[in-house]
Amino acid sequence: MGTPLSPLGYPDEMVGPGQTLESVSAKIGDIVLKGQHPKSWWLGFGIAFALLMLFLMSVTWLLYRGVGIWGINIPVAWGFAIINFVWWIGIGHAGTFISAILLLVFQKWRNSINRFTEAMTLFAVACAGMFPLLHLGRPWVFYWIMPYPNTMGLWPQWRSPLVWDLFAVSTYLTVSLLFWYVGLIPDLATLRDRSTQRWQQVLFGIGALGWRGSAVHWQRYKMTYLLLAGLAAPLVLSVHSVVSFDFSVALTPGWHSTIFPPFFVAGAIYSGFAMVLNIIIPVRRIYGLQAFITARTLNNMANVMLVVGLIVTYGYATEAFMGWFSGDQYERYLIYNRAMGPYAWSYWALMLCNVVVPQALWSRRVRMNPVLLFIVALFINVGMWLERFTIVIISLHRDFVPARWGMYSPTFWDYATFAGTLGLFFTLLFLFIRFLPMISMTEVRELVEEGASKPDTGPELPPVFSQLTNRP
Amino acid sequence: MMNEANDRRVDEGDAERPNNLGALRARLAAADGPQFWRSLEAVSETPEFNQWLHREFPRGASEWTDAPNRRQFLKLMAASFALAGVTACTRQPVEKVLPYVKQPEELIPGIPLVYATAMTLGGYGTGLLVESNEGRPTKVEGNPEHPMSLGAANVFQQASVLELYDPDRSRTVMRAGETSSWEEFMADLVPALAEQKAKQGAGMRILTETVTSPTLAAQISELLKFYSQAKWHQYEPWNRDSARHAQPDKPQVEAHHDFAQAQTIVALDSDFLFGHPASLAYARQFARKRREVTENAGSAGAAVRLYVAEPTPTITGSMADERLACAAGDVPALAKEMARLIAADRTPKSSGPWAKWLEAAVRDLFANRGASLVIAGEGQPGVVHDLVAAINDALINPKTVSYGYCAEAVPVRQVESLRSLAADLHGGEVDLLVVVGGNPAYNAPVDLDIPGGLRRVKRCVHLGLAYNETAQFCQWHVPESHYLEGWSDTRAFNGAPSVIQPLIEPLYQSRTAHELLDALVFEQSTRGAHDIVYEHWRSEYTAEEFEKAWRRTVHDGVKRLTNVETAAKRILRPWLNVVPEYVPVGVYPNPDLGTAPSPGNLELVFKPDPSVWDGRFANNGWLQELPKPITKLTWDNAALVSPKLAERLKLANEDVVELALRGRSIHAPVWIVPGQAENSVTLHLGYGRTMAGHVGSGQGVNAYALRTSDMMGYGSGLEIRKIEGKKWRLASAQEHHSLEGRDIYRTATVAEFRKDSGAAPKESEEPKQDETLYPPDHTYPGYAWGMAIDLNTCIGCNACMVACQSENNIPIVGKGEVINGREMHWIRVDGYFSGKDLDAPEFYHQPVPCMHCENAPCEVVCPVEATVHSPEGLNEQIYNRCIGTRYCSNNCPYKVRRFNFLQWPDNTTLQFKMQRNPDVTVRSRGVMEKCTYCVQRINEVKITSEKEDRRVRDGEILTACQQTCPTEAIVFGDVNDPTSRVSRLKKQPRNFGMLAELGTRPRTTYLTRITNPNQEAGG
Repeated sequence: MGTPLSPLGYPDEMVGPGQTLESVSAKIGDIVLKGQHPKSWWLGFGIAFALLMLFLMSVTWLLYRGVGIWGINIPVAWGFAIINFVWWIGIGHAGTFISAILLLVFQKWRNSINRFTEAMTLFAVACAGMFPLLHLGRPWVFYWIMPYPNTMGLWPQWRSPLVWDLFAVSTYLTVSLLFWYVGLIPDLATLRDRSTQRWQQVLFGIGALGWRGSAVHWQRYKMTYLLLAGLAAPLVLSVHSVVSFDFSVALTPGWHSTIFPPFFVAGAIYSGFAMVLNIIIPVRRIYGLQAFITARTLNNMANVMLVVGLIVTYGYATEAFMGWFSGDQYERYLIYNRAMGPYAWSYWALMLCNVVVPQALWSRRVRMNPVLLFIVALFINVGMWLERFTIVIISLHRDFVPARWGMYSPTFWDYATFAGTLGLFFTLLFLFIRFLPMISMTEVRELVEEGASKPDTGPELPPVFSQLTNRP
Repeated sequence: MMNEANDRRVDEGDAERPNNLGALRARLAAADGPQFWRSLEAVSETPEFNQWLHREFPRGASEWTDAPNRRQFLKLMAASFALAGVTACTRQPVEKVLPYVKQPEELIPGIPLVYATAMTLGGYGTGLLVESNEGRPTKVEGNPEHPMSLGAANVFQQASVLELYDPDRSRTVMRAGETSSWEEFMADLVPALAEQKAKQGAGMRILTETVTSPTLAAQISELLKFYSQAKWHQYEPWNRDSARHAQPDKPQVEAHHDFAQAQTIVALDSDFLFGHPASLAYARQFARKRREVTENAGSAGAAVRLYVAEPTPTITGSMADERLACAAGDVPALAKEMARLIAADRTPKSSGPWAKWLEAAVRDLFANRGASLVIAGEGQPGVVHDLVAAINDALINPKTVSYGYCAEAVPVRQVESLRSLAADLHGGEVDLLVVVGGNPAYNAPVDLDIPGGLRRVKRCVHLGLAYNETAQFCQWHVPESHYLEGWSDTRAFNGAPSVIQPLIEPLYQSRTAHELLDALVFEQSTRGAHDIVYEHWRSEYTAEEFEKAWRRTVHDGVKRLTNVETAAKRILRPWLNVVPEYVPVGVYPNPDLGTAPSPGNLELVFKPDPSVWDGRFANNGWLQELPKPITKLTWDNAALVSPKLAERLKLANEDVVELALRGRSIHAPVWIVPGQAENSVTLHLGYGRTMAGHVGSGQGVNAYALRTSDMMGYGSGLEIRKIEGKKWRLASAQEHHSLEGRDIYRTATVAEFRKDSGAAPKESEEPKQDETLYPPDHTYPGYAWGMAIDLNTCIGCNACMVACQSENNIPIVGKGEVINGREMHWIRVDGYFSGKDLDAPEFYHQPVPCMHCENAPCEVVCPVEATVHSPEGLNEQIYNRCIGTRYCSNNCPYKVRRFNFLQWPDNTTLQFKMQRNPDVTVRSRGVMEKCTYCVQRINEVKITSEKEDRRVRDGEILTACQQTCPTEAIVFGDVNDPTSRVSRLKKQPRNFGMLAELGTRPRTTYLTRITNPNQEAGG
């Protein structure tokens, strides 16, 4: 293996050897400008697009017939829609975590993946945002949930977590979009300058907002980016906390729990990192980007996953313990029902995916092996979906009054809608790869310039930051 | 009254009625509705049909049949262009509302009128009050003045209003399945009658259901005067043949019971709380008696105790203090043993599996001699009724059991009557058969082969609500008027006559039985049903008192029997001319007790279905979707088996089995019922219909295919064979029947209750109102509505569910959606099995409407304020604000909220539109709904009280569920008023709130059930 290792035995480089400023721009820029995409792109895009069409069909049928086409019922009034919503939102979190929080704590290895993950955030939030609207009985009046002046003189009901949700998710979408776009500006300028076709020059030129690369531009750009990162960082924590309130505010056993906000945030980052790995590992291989998305990056991501995975595991243990410790018969029954009830398969599958399999990440060999890492990440993604399944379905299907216990079985349209949003997500992702630089050229050039291919000497402060701190 | 009522028409219906009625009727008759349907509400008419209905002028007027020429086109278009701008001023098309030219005297648009009428079931009438909104009957209630209703109505009566509007009813006279007319029918009938007249009607037969109607009976006897050789047969599939067995040559003697006087009640396979013609009155008496313990907490007097021995759990069995799961075939032996014990010695010693139960029952019966009551069910053979009569005699029970003439006009042994008809049919002796109501081709004993017999009749006339299984074998089918459409009369179980007053003109070209009989007698239609009934009644009175008496009867809904009349109907039992205590063994030295089932010898028990009865209500969606009291099954019947038998034969729910009985077999799904007698398999009648209509056809399996004339109640020798690999999806509205040790239903024994009146085991503590850190969210300065439901008297009869459905425009969703868990009932009756023994569980019924929590979990989570708290404590749902997040339902611990997952209500079919209560919004797809405490009724009374400047009186507001409850178990009122009934009930120590430990402060509370088990009875 040609990867240089740090004294502790970890892969060390953030950029592959022999990269120059020019080679970075050429390698990354040409994917967009030359437009030569491998067959696998077309195949992937084709599948994703077909799924997107399935999504359109499902939504059309849904709007025509009503939510009754799904498997939801009384008592299980929330089904796949809410599971998918939480899952997608969670996936989005990794993007913000990587680009904002890691930026603020000077983790330079993020530079090669932050663009990708931010895009992923946007697309995931777009998918997530569909579900709360689509799951409404009367989706055409969704805007009643917003505070707007109206002749009825009615405002939303502020005590409802669904209203908080609206603000959390829409804020998140706005900030993520801004952050992503601001980060893109210098790269769009690079593409504008490198492109040879008129239409590309015009389009990228518009997108670059007149970027000329002057020192003043850079100074303001850096400051803006940092401030946006500062704005986005708390959102990583707040959005999924608010999403978790949808459950913890209710009195349903299995939902009514104080552990939910941190538990949900950890779960979000968990699934988000897994999704990033699931995407960049193939992309890196197909487009030959190993020089930029290095083993070190993968290793670091695996480490983060391991840590949040342990937090999530702790969450499961706490839930089970508190269920018993509370002495509340409904809570106790819930824990029993999770493990032994009709949906026990989902609970144990969740344990396998989220608790057992990720323990493989303790092994360096697994972390260093993209194929194994890909498989583990896949397990985690499935596991996190199952976690939401156990929370939503198992808690609802047997709550307080035994006479009203019921079962939930998803219909074709449940699956189709879910698969459809996967289609939407990957369609957008494939288009993104096709039309925008999937790796931040600016930031990778920064790494090259700073000699990041040399052994790590610890985080370096960006110049603008040294003004803000007392660090020498 | 009668004339006004007769004149009271659907005025708007008349206005809409197109000019060409004949063509419309033909069209209506031809319209069948769609072939595929999801629910009753989805059953809509074809587009052409709807267009036809909606077009004001059916022919000519709205069509421009000439080909437009250029000149004409330009002329018209010029006008159109010139006026085009004008239309911009009109935002909506102008709809003219025409006032009445001559407004009916008592009719104020928007104010419903209530009329007294009566409905018959199994021949016996129950007095009803029916609400009419601008001429449309919309809601059925019991008539408080009627002795067999007392203000209550059962599920069938409640749902009968939907039957009126059933789009599958036949609409025109049919000849061999083709649209015809009454005139053609008469043209065909008159020669046939002439032919019969020539031979004194030797080839003429009349087949009716049980007839109590004095007018109809008089008409038939009139007919039989003209045709002396003709015969009149009566047949009802669930009849009272055996119940009136006691004296073979006197079928008119009927036992009448008074449960209010009974301290010990023993029911032998008798569902007197539901399946008896007098069940509403019996349930009321039973509840009064049961309430004695709880109303006088200090009293130490004996509490009523109910013993029930039955093969399959019924609601009567579910109320038993001591229940014995006993094969129907064992009941005769049990009755004989009981008779022996009572006659022989007073320290009963029995043996066998039922010894403890029987000894305890006999001891109690003895201890309460004179105040005890034994009753046997209709499904039991006559010998059991004889034994029971003897036992009651021996116990000197004239207070609780008396005998009188039955209400039937001409009582006959119905199975024998039908048997002789079948013989005549097969013998080819019948030229003209008139089937007045009923459906013998479907529900007659299979060995009589009525369909085969009908085929041999030259001319068969069928009068019925729908073109059913019998109609298809008849040359002529005449649509029958629903009881809400045509005049008639009837008698209640105790003999009290009522006039059946219609509320609406017939919707279709239908005739009443009276009109058909009139046409048979006079060979032409001479009079309408009103005149026929009126004239018959007049013939029974002297001229001067008649008009007053008639008006009074029509107004009150019942003709009260004078004491003299009542006494005249009462008869002693002259035939038991022996010392009572030695009667049983002496009279029946060797009664034929039939074969009792043994492990190798299973029995099949037939019972009328608690939802569709004998099948006549099979096309009624409300009833099809009504969860049956114990099994909670909807839309199907099933072979009910005991857990032990299921274990033995390795059967699981929804398995398909072949039931083979005496050479006949059918396939049926299996449903395991705790409390079922081990070797009994119960199959309810009324399902497996092939021509019921869009709702009822093809649901369930046809039990009549196994029922022969010698085993109308049950038969032994059943063989069960499991069909491997086949499943039959059954739609049970409740999947889980165990309380899981949760404190949501409380029960205590009388002894526990007397020791500590709040004795029910409390596993959870209800927080006090002041146990909170927060200031109260709401104060209730005016009224504070609340409800108390007495679990001690709730018998689980489901009447409240149908009443609610009818009052609140609740749609039905169909079998598939019930399986999906999407049924819409605002009030449901939860059923639980309890106790350690799977084969002898206790049964609990818990009606669950919205709890109207003062601290409602649903309210805080709704993002758009679609569910809010009213100043009177109602938890209100605002349909047009709801966006359908369903969060409220998730957060409702009682799961009383119902969601319109799809567009359930059928807003296009005219008939369904007519049924709706105009005071209640019809909900659309995508919104949440739930019990409102009948807020429309609350507001109606409040408006009245405000106009009169007073507070609402206690009991002035009756919710729909409360109003129809036969046992008065549901009480609603103002909890701010300490003297109101509901407040007083809530002050009882028995009062508890379901899941109140969650801090929801439910306004609906429950009162602990107090059972009275006999410690010595092995239970």
